[in-house]
Amino acid sequence: MLTSWPILSLLVWLPIAAGLAVMLFGNQRAHSARWFALTVTVVVFLISLGLIVGFNTQTAAMQFVEHVPWIPSFGINYALGVDGISMPLIVLTSFTTVLVVVAAWTVIKDKAHQYLAAFLIMEGMMNGTFAAMDAIVFYFFFEGMLIPMFIIIGLWGGPRRVYATIKFFLYTFLGSVFMLVALIYMYFQAGSFAIPVLHDLPLTMTEQILIFLAFLIAFAVKIPMWPVHTWLPDAHVEAPTGGSVILAAIMLKIGGYGFLRFSLPMTPDAAAELDWLMIALSLIAIVYIGLIAMVQSDMKKLVAYSSIAHMGFVTLGLFVIYMIVENPANLTASGVTLALEGAMVQMVSHGLISAAMFLSIGVLYDRLHSREISAYGGVVNTMPWFGALVVLFAMANVGLPGTSGFVGEFMVILAAFKANFWIALAAALTLIIGAAYTLWMVKRVIFGEVKNEGVRTLEDLNFREAWVLGVLAFLIVLIGVWPNPLVEVMHASIENLAQQALTTKL
Amino acid sequence: MEMIYLAVVLAPLIASIIAGLFGRQIGRAGAHWVTIIGVAISLAASVYVFSMHVFGGLPTFDGTVYTWMASDLFEFNIGFLVDNLTAMMMVVVTAVSLMVHIYTIGYMKDDPGYQRFFSYISLFTFSMLMLVMANNLLQLFFGWEAVGLVSYLLIGFWYKRESAIFANLKAFIVNRVGDFGFLLGIAAILAYADTLHYATLFERLPELADMTVEYWPGVEWSVVTVIAILLFIGAMGKSAQVPLHVWLPDSMEGPTPISALIHAATMVTAGIFMVARFSPLFELSDAALSFILVIGAITALFMGLLGMVQNDIKRVIAYSTLSQLGYMTVALGASAYGPALFHLMTHAFFKALLFLAAGSVIIALHHEQDMRKMGGLARKLPITFITFLIGALALIGFPGTAGFFSKESIIYAVQASTLPGAEFAYWAVFAGVFVSAFYTFRMLFLVFFGESRMDKETAAHVQETPKVVTVPLMLLAVPSLIIGFVVIEPLLFGGFFDDSIRVLANHGAMAALEAQFTGAWAMFLHGWATPVVWLALAGVAGAAIMYLGAPKVLPPLFARVFAWPKRVLDDGFGFDGFNNAVIAGGTRLLGRGLWQIGDVRAIDGVVVNGAAVVVSYLARTWRKIQTGYLYHYAFVMILGLIGLMTWIVFLNP
Repeated sequence: MLTSWPILSLLVWLPIAAGLAVMLFGNQRAHSARWFALTVTVVVFLISLGLIVGFNTQTAAMQFVEHVPWIPSFGINYALGVDGISMPLIVLTSFTTVLVVVAAWTVIKDKAHQYLAAFLIMEGMMNGTFAAMDAIVFYFFFEGMLIPMFIIIGLWGGPRRVYATIKFFLYTFLGSVFMLVALIYMYFQAGSFAIPVLHDLPLTMTEQILIFLAFLIAFAVKIPMWPVHTWLPDAHVEAPTGGSVILAAIMLKIGGYGFLRFSLPMTPDAAAELDWLMIALSLIAIVYIGLIAMVQSDMKKLVAYSSIAHMGFVTLGLFVIYMIVENPANLTASGVTLALEGAMVQMVSHGLISAAMFLSIGVLYDRLHSREISAYGGVVNTMPWFGALVVLFAMANVGLPGTSGFVGEFMVILAAFKANFWIALAAALTLIIGAAYTLWMVKRVIFGEVKNEGVRTLEDLNFREAWVLGVLAFLIVLIGVWPNPLVEVMHASIENLAQQALTTKL
Repeated sequence: MEMIYLAVVLAPLIASIIAGLFGRQIGRAGAHWVTIIGVAISLAASVYVFSMHVFGGLPTFDGTVYTWMASDLFEFNIGFLVDNLTAMMMVVVTAVSLMVHIYTIGYMKDDPGYQRFFSYISLFTFSMLMLVMANNLLQLFFGWEAVGLVSYLLIGFWYKRESAIFANLKAFIVNRVGDFGFLLGIAAILAYADTLHYATLFERLPELADMTVEYWPGVEWSVVTVIAILLFIGAMGKSAQVPLHVWLPDSMEGPTPISALIHAATMVTAGIFMVARFSPLFELSDAALSFILVIGAITALFMGLLGMVQNDIKRVIAYSTLSQLGYMTVALGASAYGPALFHLMTHAFFKALLFLAAGSVIIALHHEQDMRKMGGLARKLPITFITFLIGALALIGFPGTAGFFSKESIIYAVQASTLPGAEFAYWAVFAGVFVSAFYTFRMLFLVFFGESRMDKETAAHVQETPKVVTVPLMLLAVPSLIIGFVVIEPLLFGGFFDDSIRVLANHGAMAALEAQFTGAWAMFLHGWATPVVWLALAGVAGAAIMYLGAPKVLPPLFARVFAWPKRVLDDGFGFDGFNNAVIAGGTRLLGRGLWQIGDVRAIDGVVVNGAAVVVSYLARTWRKIQTGYLYHYAFVMILGLIGLMTWIVFLNP
C-alpha cells in the first residue's frame, strides 16, 4: 500500500513546491509563512518515516523505486530509489529541516519567507541527491542545492559573508565540474547514466584512476578533506545558525555518500590502489585538524574544524577496508563491514551532534551576538538547563560511550586495528585531542564565575529552544545506548557494497 | 536472579534520573530520599547476590541483557558476568556508596546544588556497577568512561571555582590518555581474538599465546604482551599510576564525599579490578607483569613521599591513595591478584572512612582544609577523632586492623616474586611502610593534637558534627577494624576467587604466601615480630617526635637542612610543571603553528587567495547583480562545457 505511492518524489518535490509557495506569503505575513513551512516540513518528515515503516531490511536492492524517462535521447531517466545507505540519510535530512525551521522561528525577522523558502527548496534537493538513481539526476540536485545555501549565507550571513560565499561556491562548484566530466565519460562507455549500470561498467585501471580522482575532487571538497577544507570554517562562521546546521549535518554527508555510491563501487581497483592516499588524508583530518581546532577562539570555527576531524572517521572507515583484506594477520578477514557501517553510523551521528552544537552556539549568539569564546564564561550560572545540554552534546562530540558519537568512532577504530596498528593508533588520538578542544571550550564558555554583564542577563532556554535541543539529546543518547536498529537497516546494502568494492573490474 | 541483577544497576539509575530531572519538584529531602532508597535497594540486592553466590553455591552467571549492536562477525552485547569477584565488588561499591549518600545530607546541607549532587553520585553508582558487572569489554569501556564522566562532573561540581574547573578538565584529559591505550587494547583483542566477550576471549587465549607481531621492522612482540600493556595503560589512567597520576591530587577540588567514594574507594580501583579480571591474559606475559610491578612500585613509594609535605588535609589523603593504589598494582604484577583485591576492599573501607572523617573536620571548621590552621581538635571532635584514628591505624597496617592483613599479604607476596623488577618493588613497598606511617600520623598529630592554630572565631564555634555525618563514620570504622581478620582466610586461601582468577604455576608468589599462612590469629601474633610493623611504628614515632615533641623547632629545621629535596617534593617531582609547559604548551603551539602556517598561509594564502584576483573580480561583479542566481547557473554551465570539451578532446581523439 505504502510502496505504491511515489514517496520519494513527494520527499523531493513537496518541499520544493512548498518552498516556492512560501515565497508568496511576502514579508508582511511572516508568521503564516512560518506555520506553513513548519507544517510542510513536519509532513515531509512523517512521510520520510514511511520509508522506515515500509523498508525491507533483508535486501540490498533499491526500494521505493520510481522510473520515468526524462531526456530519452541521452538515456537520462528520472530514477529514484533508496537502499539501507541512503534511507537513513533522507530521514536525517527531513528531520533536521524541521529543527531548522523551528530554530529560526523568532530569530530570523528579516525576509523570513525567503529564508524558509531557501531551506525548503534545499531539503528537496538534498533528498533528491540521496534518492537519485541516475547520475544526472544526482548531479542536478548536487549542484542545485548550492544555490539556496549560497543565498542563505549571502543574505543572512555575517559581515564577511561575501568572501565566505564566494569561497564556498567556487570550491564546491569547481569540485563538481570534474565529477560531471567523469560522468559524461562513463556515459560514453556505458550508454546510460543509470547508477546501477555504471556500477557494473568495466573500466581499465587508468580510466578508473582518472575517474576516481575526478570524483575525489568533488567529494573531498564537500566532506571536506584536507587540504580542500578551508572553505568550511569561513562558511560556518558567516552562515546563520540554520545554514550551519544544514551544512554540517547534511551537506558534508553528501560527500561521504558520494564515495559510497560512486567511488567505491564504480572504481574499486582505483580505490584499492589509492587507499593509502585516502587513509593518509583521513588521519591528517583527525590529528592535524584536531590540533587546529584546539587553538580557535571562535566557537563556530572550533566546531567547524571539529566537524572536519569527525568526518575523517567516515573516510577512514570507507577506505581502510582495502588494508583490512590485505592484512595477512587478519585470519578471519573480518572488519570490512564493521568499517563501512562505522562510517555510516558516524555520518548519522555527526549529523545529530553537529546540529546540536551549532544550534547551541546559535542560542548564545541570539542572546549576546558574539561567537567569541572569550565573550562568555560562567553561562551555566544563568542558563543551567542549557549548560547541562551543552555538556551532554560536548560529551557526544568527545565520543563518550552512551552517546551516538562513540558508536561510529569505536567501530572505525576497531576495524582500523584489523588493518594496521599504526592507523588505529593515529585515529585513536582523537580520544585525547577531541576531549581537549571540546571540553576546554566548555570550560571557558559554560563553567566559571559569571564573566560579564552580558552573561549575567542571559535567560535560560525558552520552550522552543528546549524542545529542539531536547529532541536531539534524546536521539543522541538513544543511538548511543542502542545503535542496533540503525545498523540493522544498513546491513544488506553495506554487505552488497563491500562485495562491489572488493571485486576487481579488471 | 537476572531480575535481581538488573535491579542492582537500575535502581540507582532511575533514582539519579528522578533527582536530576525533577530535582526542583521533589525538593531537597525528596532528592536524598529517592537516591538513598535507590542505593539501599541496590545494596540489599547486592548482599543477596553475594550470599547466593558465595554461600548458596549459585554458579557463575554469564548472560546477555540485550544486543547493543551486531555488525560483521561480531555481536556487541550488554550483559552481566556475576561471580565471586563481581559479587564482592558489588557489595563494596554499594555499601560505601550508601554511606556516602547518607553522609552527604550533612556535608552538603547548605549547598545550592544539593539535588544535582545526589543525582550525580547515584549516576556514579550505576556506572560503577555496570563496570564491575560487565561480561564483555564494550560494557566495561562504557562503565569505565561513564565513571570518568561523573568524576569530571563532580570534580567540577563547584563550577564557579577556577581551580575546580581546571582540575576536572585535567582529570578528564589525563584519563583520556589512559583510555587511548585502553581502547587500542580493546581493538587489539578484537583484532586477534575476534570477540569482546570475556569468557570467549579466555577460551581463545591458548591460540594467542604464541602469536607474535611486528609493528616495527625487526622488533617482534608477543600479541599477549601488546594487549596486556595497552590495557594496563588504561588502568594507569583510571587508577592514577605514575606518570598518569597527576589528576588525582587535583581532583580534591571536588566535595569531600566524592573524594571518598570516587577518588579513593571505588572508581580509582577500577584499573586494579580490570587487571584482576583479565588475570588469564596478564599471566601469559611476564614482560607486562614486570612492567606493572615496576610502575606500581614507583607509585607506591614516590607518591607516598609527596604525602609527607602536603599541608592540605585532603591532599595528604589523596597522595596516600596514590601510594596505596601503587601497593595494589605491585601485587598485581607479582601475580598476587587475591591480595590486590583484598587490599582494594579493605582500602575502600578505611580510606572512605579517613576521607569522610577529614570531611567531618572540614565541616566543623567551616570548610577549612589547611592543617596549619587546625590542631588540638581531639577533645572537641571525639567521634571524628576516634574514627579517624581507626582509619589511620588501618592505613599504616597496625597489627589486627584491616589494613594490616592486606598490606602484609602484599609485601610477602612481592618478596616471593621472581620476575625482573621484583626486588626493586619489594624494597619500594617495604620503605613505603615507613613513609605512609609518617605522613599519616603527621596529619593526625597536626589536626587533632598540639596547640590550636585556629582563629578565635572558628575555635569558638567548633563542635562535633551531626549524626548523619558521624553515623557513617562509625559504620565504616567497624569494617576498617575487623574485616581483615574475618575474611583473610576464606578470601585468599579458601578458593574464593578460583572461578575468576587464574595464576600460572611458575608465578609462585601466592603459593609461597599460602605456605606461610597458618591462620589470621597466628598472622596477627607473628605481625609483632616482623620488621614491617616495627618500621611502621618507627614512622609513627618519627612523626611524634617532630610534630608532638618539638613542633616549632624540628619541622622548620628539617625544611632548612633538606631544602633541596623538599623543593622537589613540593613540586611533586616536576610532573605538573613539565605537563603544563611541554605537553599542554607544546600542543597549543603545534596547533597554532599548523593553523597559521598550514591553513592560513599555505592553503588559503598561496592556493586559494592566489586566485584572489579572480575572486575579487567576481565579488565586484556579483555584488552588482543582487538577484542573479540564473547568472551563476549560466556561468556554471559554461565552465562545465569547457571542462567537458577539454576532457573529450584529450581522451577521445
